[in-house]
Amino acid sequence: MSLRGSVVTLPLLLPVLLGAAACAPSDESPTASDSSTGAASCAKADLPLREPGTLTIGTDSPAYDPWFSNNDPTNGKGYESAVAYAVADQLGFSRDEVTWVKVPFNSSYKPGPKDFDFDINQISITPARAQVVDFSDGYYAASQAVIALKGTPGAEATSLDDLKGLRLGAQTGTTSLTAIRDVIQPDQDPAVFEDTNAAKQALQNDQVDAILADLPTAFYISAVEIPNSTIVGQFQPETGQQEEFGMLFEKGSGLVPCVNDALATLRSDGTLDDLEKKWLSDVVDVPTLQ
Amino acid sequence: MSDSSAWSPSPRELERRLLRRRLRLRSTLIAATALVVVFVGLAVLVVTSPGWDRVREAFFNGHHARASLPEIRDAFWLNVKMFMIAEPLILVLALSLAIARSARSPWLVPLRVAAVGYTDVIRGIPTILLILLLGFGMPGLRLQGVPNSPFFWATTALVISYSAYVAEVFRSGIESIHPSQLASAEALGLGRAQTMRFVVVPQAVRRVVPPLLNDFVSLQKDTALASTLGVFEAVFVARDYTNYNFNYTPYVVVALFFVALTIPLARFTDWLGRRYAERERAGAR
Repeated sequence: MSLRGSVVTLPLLLPVLLGAAACAPSDESPTASDSSTGAASCAKADLPLREPGTLTIGTDSPAYDPWFSNNDPTNGKGYESAVAYAVADQLGFSRDEVTWVKVPFNSSYKPGPKDFDFDINQISITPARAQVVDFSDGYYAASQAVIALKGTPGAEATSLDDLKGLRLGAQTGTTSLTAIRDVIQPDQDPAVFEDTNAAKQALQNDQVDAILADLPTAFYISAVEIPNSTIVGQFQPETGQQEEFGMLFEKGSGLVPCVNDALATLRSDGTLDDLEKKWLSDVVDVPTLQ
Repeated sequence: MSDSSAWSPSPRELERRLLRRRLRLRSTLIAATALVVVFVGLAVLVVTSPGWDRVREAFFNGHHARASLPEIRDAFWLNVKMFMIAEPLILVLALSLAIARSARSPWLVPLRVAAVGYTDVIRGIPTILLILLLGFGMPGLRLQGVPNSPFFWATTALVISYSAYVAEVFRSGIESIHPSQLASAEALGLGRAQTMRFVVVPQAVRRVVPPLLNDFVSLQKDTALASTLGVFEAVFVARDYTNYNFNYTPYVVVALFFVALTIPLARFTDWLGRRYAERERAGAR
Protein backbone atom coordinates (compact mmCIF):
# COMPACT_ATOMS: atom_id res chain seq x y z
CA MET A 1 0.00 0.00 0.00
CA SER A 2 2.78 2.40 0.86
CA LEU A 3 4.57 1.65 -2.40
CA ARG A 4 1.39 2.37 -4.27
CA GLY A 5 1.02 5.65 -2.45
CA SER A 6 4.45 6.81 -3.48
CA VAL A 7 3.79 5.99 -7.11
CA VAL A 8 0.61 8.00 -7.01
CA THR A 9 2.22 11.06 -5.45
CA LEU A 10 4.92 11.21 -8.12
CA PRO A 11 2.74 12.77 -10.83
CA LEU A 12 1.11 14.93 -8.20
CA LEU A 13 4.49 16.32 -7.25
CA LEU A 14 5.38 17.06 -10.84
CA PRO A 15 3.57 20.40 -11.21
CA VAL A 16 4.94 21.48 -7.85
CA LEU A 17 8.49 20.77 -8.98
CA LEU A 18 7.91 22.40 -12.34
CA GLY A 19 6.30 25.31 -10.59
CA ALA A 20 9.35 25.78 -8.43
CA ALA A 21 11.59 25.64 -11.48
CA ALA A 22 9.41 27.98 -13.52
CA CYS A 23 9.02 30.56 -10.81
CA ALA A 24 12.73 31.14 -10.41
CA PRO A 25 13.31 33.10 -13.64
CA SER A 26 10.00 34.94 -13.38
CA ASP A 27 11.41 37.10 -10.60
CA GLU A 28 13.73 38.67 -13.10
CA SER A 29 11.16 40.03 -15.49
CA PRO A 30 9.83 42.89 -13.35
CA THR A 31 13.28 44.49 -13.42
CA ALA A 32 13.23 44.25 -17.19
CA SER A 33 9.87 45.95 -17.42
CA ASP A 34 10.94 48.57 -14.88
CA SER A 35 13.42 49.83 -17.41
CA SER A 36 10.58 50.44 -19.86
CA THR A 37 9.33 53.34 -17.80
CA GLY A 38 12.03 55.42 -19.44
CA ALA A 39 15.12 57.16 -18.24
CA ALA A 40 14.77 60.50 -16.53
CA SER A 41 17.69 61.90 -18.46
CA CYS A 42 20.25 60.72 -20.94
CA ALA A 43 23.09 61.08 -18.46
CA LYS A 44 25.23 57.97 -18.55
CA ALA A 45 24.33 56.97 -15.00
CA ASP A 46 20.58 57.21 -15.66
CA LEU A 47 20.50 55.06 -18.78
CA PRO A 48 18.52 51.82 -18.43
CA LEU A 49 21.15 49.25 -19.40
CA ARG A 50 21.50 45.47 -19.26
CA GLU A 51 24.82 45.85 -17.47
CA PRO A 52 25.33 49.11 -15.59
CA GLY A 53 28.28 51.05 -16.97
CA THR A 54 28.50 49.07 -20.23
CA LEU A 55 26.67 49.51 -23.48
CA THR A 56 25.79 46.05 -24.81
CA ILE A 57 25.30 46.06 -28.57
CA GLY A 58 24.11 43.08 -30.59
CA THR A 59 24.73 42.07 -34.18
CA ASP A 60 24.50 38.89 -36.21
CA SER A 61 27.40 36.61 -36.99
CA PRO A 62 28.89 36.67 -39.56
CA ALA A 63 28.91 40.47 -39.56
CA TYR A 64 29.05 41.34 -43.24
CA ASP A 65 31.18 43.90 -45.01
CA PRO A 66 30.95 46.82 -45.56
CA TRP A 67 28.74 47.18 -42.48
CA PHE A 68 31.46 45.59 -40.39
CA SER A 69 34.97 44.59 -41.21
CA ASN A 70 36.62 41.18 -40.89
CA ASN A 71 33.55 39.86 -39.08
CA ASP A 72 34.76 41.76 -36.02
CA PRO A 73 32.33 44.42 -34.77
CA THR A 74 34.75 45.53 -32.03
CA ASN A 75 37.30 47.04 -34.42
CA GLY A 76 35.20 50.14 -35.17
CA LYS A 77 35.60 49.49 -38.89
CA GLY A 78 32.71 49.22 -41.28
CA TYR A 79 29.73 51.57 -41.33
CA GLU A 80 27.55 50.03 -38.61
CA SER A 81 30.43 49.38 -36.25
CA ALA A 82 31.57 52.99 -36.69
CA VAL A 83 28.05 54.34 -36.17
CA ALA A 84 27.59 52.18 -33.07
CA TYR A 85 30.81 53.51 -31.55
CA ALA A 86 29.88 57.09 -32.50
CA VAL A 87 26.52 56.68 -30.75
CA ALA A 88 28.25 55.12 -27.74
CA ASP A 89 30.60 58.08 -27.66
CA GLN A 90 27.66 60.51 -27.72
CA LEU A 91 26.09 58.65 -24.81
CA GLY A 92 29.36 58.95 -22.89
CA PHE A 93 30.81 55.45 -23.27
CA SER A 94 34.44 54.93 -24.04
CA ARG A 95 35.38 52.19 -26.49
CA ASP A 96 36.18 49.66 -23.78
CA GLU A 97 32.81 50.26 -22.15
CA VAL A 98 31.10 48.81 -25.22
CA THR A 99 30.40 45.06 -25.32
CA TRP A 100 29.25 43.23 -28.44
CA VAL A 101 27.03 40.15 -28.33
CA LYS A 102 26.12 37.82 -31.17
CA VAL A 103 22.40 38.06 -31.91
CA PRO A 104 21.09 35.97 -34.82
CA PHE A 105 18.55 38.09 -36.66
CA ASN A 106 15.59 35.83 -35.93
CA SER A 107 16.26 35.84 -32.19
CA SER A 108 16.53 39.63 -32.02
CA TYR A 109 12.75 39.95 -31.77
CA LYS A 110 11.95 37.09 -29.41
CA PRO A 111 9.53 38.02 -26.63
CA GLY A 112 10.89 38.86 -23.20
CA PRO A 113 14.02 40.64 -22.07
CA LYS A 114 16.79 41.14 -24.62
CA ASP A 115 20.46 40.23 -24.28
CA PHE A 116 21.45 43.60 -25.71
CA ASP A 117 20.75 47.30 -25.19
CA PHE A 118 20.35 47.68 -28.92
CA ASP A 119 20.91 45.57 -31.99
CA ILE A 120 22.45 47.00 -35.15
CA ASN A 121 22.20 44.60 -38.06
CA GLN A 122 20.87 46.29 -41.23
CA ILE A 123 17.34 45.91 -39.93
CA SER A 124 14.71 47.77 -41.93
CA ILE A 125 12.13 49.72 -39.98
CA THR A 126 8.61 48.57 -40.89
CA PRO A 127 5.26 49.21 -39.17
CA ALA A 128 4.66 45.47 -38.61
CA ARG A 129 7.99 45.09 -36.86
CA ALA A 130 7.55 48.29 -34.85
CA GLN A 131 4.56 46.69 -33.12
CA VAL A 132 6.86 44.15 -31.50
CA VAL A 133 10.09 46.04 -30.93
CA ASP A 134 11.21 49.65 -30.83
CA PHE A 135 13.42 51.19 -33.47
CA SER A 136 15.71 54.18 -33.38
CA ASP A 137 15.43 56.75 -36.14
CA GLY A 138 16.95 55.55 -39.37
CA TYR A 139 20.72 55.78 -39.74
CA TYR A 140 20.89 54.71 -43.37
CA ALA A 141 18.50 54.59 -46.29
CA ALA A 142 19.45 51.76 -48.60
CA SER A 143 18.42 51.37 -52.18
CA GLN A 144 18.31 47.90 -53.66
CA ALA A 145 20.83 46.54 -56.12
CA VAL A 146 20.76 43.62 -58.54
CA ILE A 147 23.87 41.45 -58.82
CA ALA A 148 24.53 38.99 -61.66
CA LEU A 149 27.51 37.13 -63.07
CA LYS A 150 29.17 38.88 -66.01
CA GLY A 151 28.07 37.53 -69.38
CA THR A 152 24.88 35.90 -68.09
CA PRO A 153 21.31 36.97 -69.04
CA GLY A 154 20.99 38.69 -65.67
CA ALA A 155 23.83 41.07 -66.44
CA GLU A 156 22.08 42.23 -69.64
CA ALA A 157 19.02 43.63 -67.86
CA THR A 158 18.50 47.37 -68.22
CA SER A 159 15.08 47.72 -66.62
CA LEU A 160 13.04 46.09 -63.90
CA ASP A 161 10.88 44.52 -66.61
CA ASP A 162 13.95 42.75 -67.99
CA LEU A 163 14.30 41.03 -64.61
CA LYS A 164 10.78 39.57 -64.65
CA GLY A 165 11.69 36.47 -66.62
CA LEU A 166 14.77 35.64 -64.56
CA ARG A 167 15.34 33.43 -61.55
CA LEU A 168 15.85 35.92 -58.74
CA GLY A 169 16.85 35.35 -55.14
CA ALA A 170 17.43 37.22 -51.89
CA GLN A 171 17.84 36.65 -48.17
CA THR A 172 14.77 36.02 -46.02
CA GLY A 173 13.50 38.94 -43.97
CA THR A 174 15.16 41.59 -46.13
CA THR A 175 13.79 44.56 -48.03
CA SER A 176 15.50 43.01 -51.05
CA LEU A 177 13.15 40.04 -50.98
CA THR A 178 10.14 42.30 -50.48
CA ALA A 179 11.33 44.34 -53.45
CA ILE A 180 11.40 41.22 -55.65
CA ARG A 181 7.95 40.16 -54.52
CA ASP A 182 6.26 43.56 -54.61
CA VAL A 183 8.16 45.63 -57.14
CA ILE A 184 9.67 43.25 -59.72
CA GLN A 185 7.01 40.52 -59.38
CA PRO A 186 8.94 37.92 -61.41
CA ASP A 187 7.20 35.14 -63.35
CA GLN A 188 8.87 32.55 -61.14
CA ASP A 189 8.72 32.69 -57.34
CA PRO A 190 11.96 34.11 -55.97
CA ALA A 191 14.50 31.82 -54.34
CA VAL A 192 14.76 32.58 -50.64
CA PHE A 193 18.00 32.11 -48.72
CA GLU A 194 18.83 31.94 -45.06
CA ASP A 195 21.72 34.37 -45.39
CA THR A 196 23.69 36.29 -47.95
CA ASN A 197 26.35 33.60 -48.16
CA ALA A 198 23.81 31.05 -49.37
CA ALA A 199 22.52 33.56 -51.91
CA LYS A 200 26.04 34.20 -53.22
CA GLN A 201 26.72 30.46 -53.49
CA ALA A 202 23.49 29.95 -55.44
CA LEU A 203 24.44 32.74 -57.83
CA GLN A 204 27.78 31.14 -58.52
CA ASN A 205 26.17 27.72 -58.94
CA ASP A 206 23.76 29.05 -61.58
CA GLN A 207 20.82 28.22 -59.30
CA VAL A 208 19.62 31.80 -59.71
CA ASP A 209 20.27 34.37 -62.46
CA ALA A 210 20.55 37.35 -60.14
CA ILE A 211 20.42 38.16 -56.45
CA LEU A 212 19.27 41.32 -54.75
CA ALA A 213 20.86 43.05 -51.79
CA ASP A 214 21.11 46.55 -50.46
CA LEU A 215 23.51 48.64 -52.50
CA PRO A 216 26.54 48.72 -50.17
CA THR A 217 26.38 44.95 -49.66
CA ALA A 218 25.97 44.46 -53.40
CA PHE A 219 28.97 46.62 -54.07
CA TYR A 220 31.11 44.62 -51.68
CA ILE A 221 29.95 41.34 -53.21
CA SER A 222 30.71 42.43 -56.77
CA ALA A 223 33.99 44.16 -55.97
CA VAL A 224 35.54 41.74 -53.53
CA GLU A 225 33.69 38.52 -52.96
CA ILE A 226 32.61 37.42 -56.44
CA PRO A 227 35.01 39.13 -58.83
CA ASN A 228 33.25 37.96 -62.00
CA SER A 229 29.95 39.45 -60.89
CA THR A 230 28.59 42.88 -61.63
CA ILE A 231 25.96 45.23 -60.26
CA VAL A 232 23.28 45.30 -62.93
CA GLY A 233 21.61 48.34 -61.46
CA GLN A 234 19.95 49.85 -58.44
CA PHE A 235 16.42 50.96 -57.69
CA GLN A 236 14.46 52.44 -54.84
CA PRO A 237 11.62 50.10 -53.88
CA GLU A 238 8.67 52.46 -53.80
CA THR A 239 6.48 50.74 -51.31
CA GLY A 240 5.12 53.68 -49.38
CA GLN A 241 7.79 55.66 -47.66
CA GLN A 242 11.53 55.21 -47.94
CA GLU A 243 12.72 52.28 -45.86
CA GLU A 244 15.57 52.92 -43.51
CA PHE A 245 17.81 50.83 -41.30
CA GLY A 246 17.25 51.39 -37.59
CA MET A 247 18.68 50.05 -34.36
CA LEU A 248 16.43 47.53 -32.66
CA PHE A 249 15.41 47.86 -28.99
CA GLU A 250 13.25 45.94 -26.58
CA LYS A 251 9.68 47.29 -26.80
CA GLY A 252 9.38 50.27 -24.49
CA SER A 253 13.10 50.67 -23.89
CA GLY A 254 13.94 53.98 -22.27
CA LEU A 255 17.14 54.07 -24.25
CA VAL A 256 15.43 54.92 -27.56
CA PRO A 257 15.08 58.72 -27.08
CA CYS A 258 18.70 58.98 -25.93
CA VAL A 259 19.99 57.06 -28.95
CA ASN A 260 17.78 59.17 -31.21
CA ASP A 261 19.27 62.33 -29.68
CA ALA A 262 22.73 60.94 -30.31
CA LEU A 263 21.86 60.10 -33.93
CA ALA A 264 20.39 63.58 -34.46
CA THR A 265 23.61 65.16 -33.20
CA LEU A 266 25.71 62.88 -35.42
CA ARG A 267 23.54 63.75 -38.40
CA SER A 268 23.63 67.51 -37.86
CA ASP A 269 27.38 67.68 -37.25
CA GLY A 270 28.03 65.66 -40.40
CA THR A 271 29.49 62.59 -38.70
CA LEU A 272 26.98 60.21 -40.24
CA ASP A 273 27.68 61.58 -43.72
CA ASP A 274 31.40 61.27 -43.16
CA LEU A 275 31.10 57.70 -41.98
CA GLU A 276 28.86 56.88 -44.91
CA LYS A 277 31.39 58.36 -47.30
CA LYS A 278 34.22 56.53 -45.62
CA TRP A 279 32.67 53.07 -45.54
CA LEU A 280 29.95 53.09 -48.20
CA SER A 281 31.09 55.80 -50.59
CA ASP A 282 32.45 53.56 -53.34
CA VAL A 283 28.89 53.18 -54.45
CA VAL A 284 28.71 55.49 -57.41
CA ASP A 285 27.95 55.13 -61.09
CA VAL A 286 25.45 52.37 -60.64
CA PRO A 287 22.70 52.68 -63.26
CA THR A 288 19.20 53.09 -61.95
CA LEU A 289 16.66 50.52 -63.07
CA GLN A 290 13.20 51.78 -63.88
CA MET B 1 -29.31 -30.07 -12.50
CA SER B 2 -32.20 -28.57 -14.39
CA ASP B 3 -34.29 -26.30 -12.20
CA SER B 4 -33.49 -25.88 -8.55
CA SER B 5 -29.74 -25.68 -8.56
CA ALA B 6 -29.05 -22.77 -10.98
CA TRP B 7 -25.60 -21.51 -10.05
CA SER B 8 -25.45 -18.48 -7.88
CA PRO B 9 -22.25 -16.85 -6.65
CA SER B 10 -21.21 -17.63 -3.10
CA PRO B 11 -21.23 -14.84 -0.54
CA ARG B 12 -17.44 -14.91 -0.64
CA GLU B 13 -17.44 -14.38 -4.39
CA LEU B 14 -19.86 -11.50 -4.00
CA GLU B 15 -17.56 -9.99 -1.44
CA ARG B 16 -14.64 -10.34 -3.86
CA ARG B 17 -16.59 -8.64 -6.62
CA LEU B 18 -17.54 -5.80 -4.34
CA LEU B 19 -13.93 -5.31 -3.33
CA ARG B 20 -12.76 -5.39 -6.94
CA ARG B 21 -15.34 -2.82 -7.92
CA ARG B 22 -14.29 -0.62 -5.04
CA LEU B 23 -10.63 -0.87 -5.96
CA ARG B 24 -11.40 -0.11 -9.60
CA LEU B 25 -13.41 2.93 -8.61
CA ARG B 26 -10.63 4.07 -6.34
CA SER B 27 -7.92 3.85 -9.01
CA THR B 28 -10.18 5.60 -11.53
CA LEU B 29 -10.67 8.42 -9.06
CA ILE B 30 -6.95 8.69 -8.36
CA ALA B 31 -6.12 8.67 -12.08
CA ALA B 32 -8.68 11.36 -12.79
CA THR B 33 -7.47 13.54 -9.94
CA ALA B 34 -3.84 13.12 -10.98
CA LEU B 35 -4.69 14.00 -14.57
CA VAL B 36 -6.61 17.11 -13.63
CA VAL B 37 -4.04 18.27 -11.08
CA VAL B 38 -1.08 17.79 -13.43
CA PHE B 39 -2.54 19.26 -16.61
CA VAL B 40 -4.68 21.99 -15.09
CA GLY B 41 -1.74 22.82 -12.83
CA LEU B 42 0.60 23.11 -15.81
CA ALA B 43 -1.92 25.19 -17.76
CA VAL B 44 -2.46 27.53 -14.82
CA LEU B 45 1.27 27.80 -14.34
CA VAL B 46 1.82 28.80 -17.98
CA VAL B 47 -1.14 31.17 -18.18
CA THR B 48 -0.37 32.96 -14.93
CA SER B 49 3.34 33.34 -15.61
CA PRO B 50 4.37 36.99 -15.79
CA GLY B 51 5.41 36.86 -19.45
CA TRP B 52 2.37 34.92 -20.67
CA ASP B 53 0.74 37.91 -22.39
CA ARG B 54 3.86 38.56 -24.37
CA VAL B 55 4.30 34.90 -25.26
CA ARG B 56 0.64 34.53 -26.27
CA GLU B 57 0.98 37.58 -28.47
CA ALA B 58 4.17 36.27 -30.06
CA PHE B 59 3.23 32.59 -30.51
CA PHE B 60 -0.56 32.31 -30.54
CA ASN B 61 -1.75 35.31 -32.48
CA GLY B 62 -4.92 34.52 -34.44
CA HIS B 63 -4.37 37.19 -37.04
CA HIS B 64 -0.86 36.02 -37.92
CA ALA B 65 -1.99 32.37 -37.88
CA ARG B 66 -4.66 33.11 -40.47
CA ALA B 67 -2.37 35.33 -42.51
CA SER B 68 0.43 32.79 -42.75
CA LEU B 69 -1.73 29.67 -43.14
CA PRO B 70 -2.29 29.63 -46.94
CA GLU B 71 1.39 30.04 -47.77
CA ILE B 72 2.47 27.44 -45.22
CA ARG B 73 -0.17 25.00 -46.50
CA ASP B 74 1.04 25.41 -50.08
CA ALA B 75 4.67 25.05 -49.10
CA PHE B 76 3.89 21.98 -47.00
CA TRP B 77 3.21 20.10 -50.24
CA LEU B 78 6.88 20.54 -51.01
CA ASN B 79 7.75 18.72 -47.78
CA VAL B 80 5.23 16.00 -48.59
CA LYS B 81 6.60 15.64 -52.11
CA MET B 82 10.13 15.46 -50.77
CA PHE B 83 9.54 12.63 -48.31
CA MET B 84 7.19 10.75 -50.62
CA ILE B 85 9.95 10.68 -53.24
CA ALA B 86 12.70 9.95 -50.74
CA GLU B 87 11.07 7.18 -48.71
CA PRO B 88 10.75 4.47 -51.43
CA LEU B 89 14.31 5.18 -52.59
CA ILE B 90 15.54 4.94 -49.00
CA LEU B 91 13.82 1.59 -48.46
CA VAL B 92 15.26 0.08 -51.64
CA LEU B 93 18.77 1.40 -51.07
CA ALA B 94 18.78 0.45 -47.39
CA LEU B 95 17.54 -3.09 -47.98
CA SER B 96 20.20 -3.58 -50.65
CA LEU B 97 22.84 -2.33 -48.22
CA ALA B 98 21.63 -4.62 -45.46
CA ILE B 99 21.59 -7.64 -47.77
CA ALA B 100 25.02 -6.73 -49.10
CA ARG B 101 26.28 -6.60 -45.55
CA SER B 102 24.98 -10.03 -44.70
CA ALA B 103 26.42 -11.64 -47.86
CA ARG B 104 28.79 -14.49 -46.99
CA SER B 105 30.39 -15.34 -50.32
CA PRO B 106 34.11 -14.46 -50.49
CA TRP B 107 33.49 -12.95 -53.94
CA LEU B 108 31.23 -10.37 -52.42
CA VAL B 109 33.68 -9.14 -49.78
CA PRO B 110 34.30 -5.82 -51.65
CA LEU B 111 30.56 -5.21 -51.61
CA ARG B 112 30.39 -5.96 -47.91
CA VAL B 113 33.28 -3.64 -47.13
CA ALA B 114 31.68 -0.89 -49.18
CA ALA B 115 28.37 -1.33 -47.37
CA VAL B 116 30.06 -1.21 -43.96
CA GLY B 117 32.06 1.86 -44.94
CA TYR B 118 28.95 3.59 -46.28
CA THR B 119 26.86 3.10 -43.15
CA ASP B 120 29.75 4.09 -40.88
CA VAL B 121 30.72 7.26 -42.71
CA ILE B 122 27.26 8.50 -43.62
CA ARG B 123 25.84 7.96 -40.16
CA GLY B 124 28.75 9.95 -38.78
CA ILE B 125 27.92 13.04 -40.85
CA PRO B 126 25.15 15.27 -39.52
CA THR B 127 22.31 15.35 -42.06
CA ILE B 128 22.39 19.13 -42.32
CA LEU B 129 26.06 19.03 -43.35
CA LEU B 130 25.37 16.35 -45.94
CA ILE B 131 22.65 18.57 -47.41
CA LEU B 132 24.95 21.59 -47.46
CA LEU B 133 27.86 19.65 -48.94
CA LEU B 134 25.79 18.12 -51.74
CA GLY B 135 23.56 21.12 -52.35
CA PHE B 136 26.32 23.66 -52.69
CA GLY B 137 29.15 21.34 -53.70
CA MET B 138 27.71 19.26 -56.53
CA PRO B 139 26.27 22.15 -58.59
CA GLY B 140 29.59 23.93 -58.01
CA LEU B 141 31.32 21.21 -60.01
CA ARG B 142 29.41 22.39 -63.08
CA LEU B 143 29.30 18.87 -64.46
CA GLN B 144 27.34 18.34 -67.64
CA GLY B 145 24.04 16.61 -66.92
CA VAL B 146 24.22 16.98 -63.14
CA PRO B 147 21.10 18.80 -62.04
CA ASN B 148 21.60 21.81 -59.83
CA SER B 149 18.15 22.20 -58.35
CA PRO B 150 18.35 22.57 -54.56
CA PHE B 151 15.25 20.40 -54.21
CA PHE B 152 16.98 17.56 -56.05
CA TRP B 153 20.11 17.73 -53.93
CA ALA B 154 18.28 18.09 -50.65
CA THR B 155 16.20 15.01 -51.46
CA THR B 156 19.31 13.13 -52.55
CA ALA B 157 21.10 14.04 -49.32
CA LEU B 158 18.12 12.83 -47.28
CA VAL B 159 18.06 9.55 -49.22
CA ILE B 160 21.78 9.02 -48.64
CA SER B 161 21.64 9.91 -44.96
CA TYR B 162 18.51 7.97 -44.09
CA SER B 163 19.41 4.88 -46.12
CA ALA B 164 22.41 4.41 -43.83
CA TYR B 165 20.22 4.41 -40.72
CA VAL B 166 17.48 2.33 -42.28
CA ALA B 167 20.06 -0.20 -43.54
CA GLU B 168 21.02 -0.81 -39.92
CA VAL B 169 17.37 -1.30 -39.02
CA PHE B 170 17.00 -3.87 -41.79
CA ARG B 171 20.22 -5.56 -40.73
CA SER B 172 19.03 -5.90 -37.16
CA GLY B 173 15.85 -7.43 -38.54
CA ILE B 174 17.79 -9.88 -40.68
CA GLU B 175 20.01 -10.85 -37.77
CA SER B 176 17.05 -11.36 -35.48
CA ILE B 177 15.79 -14.27 -37.59
CA HIS B 178 16.44 -17.42 -35.60
CA PRO B 179 19.17 -19.75 -36.98
CA SER B 180 16.66 -22.59 -36.92
CA GLN B 181 14.88 -20.83 -39.78
CA LEU B 182 18.07 -20.95 -41.83
CA ALA B 183 18.64 -24.57 -40.92
CA SER B 184 15.07 -25.43 -41.95
CA ALA B 185 15.51 -23.63 -45.25
CA GLU B 186 18.71 -25.52 -45.88
CA ALA B 187 17.02 -28.78 -45.01
CA LEU B 188 14.36 -27.97 -47.58
CA GLY B 189 17.10 -27.59 -50.16
CA LEU B 190 16.99 -23.80 -50.55
CA GLY B 191 20.18 -22.05 -51.57
CA ARG B 192 21.63 -19.07 -49.75
CA ALA B 193 19.95 -16.54 -52.07
CA GLN B 194 16.64 -18.37 -51.97
CA THR B 195 16.78 -18.54 -48.18
CA MET B 196 17.28 -14.80 -48.10
CA ARG B 197 14.51 -14.15 -50.58
CA PHE B 198 11.83 -16.48 -49.26
CA VAL B 199 12.63 -17.03 -45.59
CA VAL B 200 14.76 -14.33 -44.01
CA VAL B 201 13.86 -11.04 -45.64
CA PRO B 202 10.06 -11.40 -45.47
CA GLN B 203 10.19 -12.16 -41.77
CA ALA B 204 12.85 -9.53 -41.10
CA VAL B 205 10.98 -6.75 -42.87
CA ARG B 206 7.78 -7.55 -41.00
CA ARG B 207 9.62 -7.45 -37.72
CA VAL B 208 11.19 -4.02 -38.32
CA VAL B 209 8.12 -2.22 -39.62
CA PRO B 210 7.64 -0.19 -36.41
CA PRO B 211 11.22 1.16 -36.33
CA LEU B 212 10.99 1.81 -40.08
CA LEU B 213 7.93 3.96 -39.60
CA ASN B 214 9.77 5.67 -36.78
CA ASP B 215 12.52 6.64 -39.21
CA PHE B 216 9.86 7.70 -41.71
CA VAL B 217 8.39 10.15 -39.20
CA SER B 218 11.87 11.47 -38.53
CA LEU B 219 12.44 11.88 -42.27
CA GLN B 220 9.24 13.90 -42.63
CA LYS B 221 10.53 16.44 -40.16
CA ASP B 222 14.04 16.51 -41.56
CA THR B 223 12.68 17.73 -44.89
CA ALA B 224 12.78 21.11 -43.15
CA LEU B 225 16.59 20.98 -43.34
CA ALA B 226 16.30 21.59 -47.09
CA SER B 227 15.73 25.24 -46.23
CA THR B 228 19.50 25.63 -45.76
CA LEU B 229 19.78 25.36 -49.56
CA GLY B 230 16.99 27.85 -50.10
CA VAL B 231 14.27 25.26 -50.73
CA PHE B 232 11.24 27.27 -49.74
CA GLU B 233 9.47 24.55 -47.73
CA ALA B 234 6.92 25.03 -44.96
CA VAL B 235 9.27 25.74 -42.05
CA PHE B 236 11.24 28.23 -44.10
CA VAL B 237 8.02 29.91 -45.24
CA ALA B 238 7.06 30.24 -41.58
CA ARG B 239 10.47 31.68 -40.75
CA ASP B 240 10.27 34.09 -43.67
CA TYR B 241 6.89 35.35 -42.48
CA THR B 242 8.28 35.60 -38.96
CA ASN B 243 11.27 37.63 -40.11
CA TYR B 244 9.03 40.23 -41.69
CA ASN B 245 6.39 40.46 -39.01
CA PHE B 246 8.43 39.68 -35.90
CA ASN B 247 5.82 37.19 -34.75
CA TYR B 248 6.42 33.49 -34.12
CA THR B 249 2.86 32.24 -34.62
CA PRO B 250 3.67 30.68 -38.03
CA TYR B 251 6.06 28.31 -36.21
CA VAL B 252 3.16 26.95 -34.19
CA VAL B 253 1.06 26.67 -37.35
CA VAL B 254 3.71 24.70 -39.18
CA ALA B 255 4.28 22.49 -36.15
CA LEU B 256 0.57 21.60 -36.20
CA PHE B 257 0.90 20.56 -39.84
CA PHE B 258 3.68 18.12 -38.98
CA VAL B 259 1.86 16.82 -35.92
CA ALA B 260 -1.30 16.28 -37.97
CA LEU B 261 0.77 14.14 -40.29
CA THR B 262 2.72 12.13 -37.74
CA ILE B 263 0.02 11.27 -35.21
CA PRO B 264 -2.03 9.11 -37.61
CA LEU B 265 1.19 7.45 -38.70
CA ALA B 266 2.14 6.71 -35.09
CA ARG B 267 -1.29 5.16 -34.42
CA PHE B 268 -0.94 3.13 -37.63
CA THR B 269 2.48 1.90 -36.48
CA ASP B 270 1.03 0.77 -33.18
CA TRP B 271 -1.81 -1.04 -34.89
CA LEU B 272 0.52 -2.72 -37.35
CA GLY B 273 2.87 -3.82 -34.60
CA ARG B 274 -0.02 -5.31 -32.66
CA ARG B 275 -1.32 -7.13 -35.70
CA TYR B 276 2.05 -8.69 -36.49
CA ALA B 277 2.50 -9.71 -32.88
CA GLU B 278 -0.89 -11.41 -32.86
CA ARG B 279 -0.13 -13.21 -36.11
CA GLU B 280 3.26 -14.47 -34.99
CA ARG B 281 1.85 -15.80 -31.77
CA ALA B 282 -0.81 -17.57 -33.83
CA GLY B 283 -3.55 -16.92 -31.34
CA ALA B 284 -1.51 -17.66 -28.22
CA ARG B 285 -1.89 -15.07 -25.51
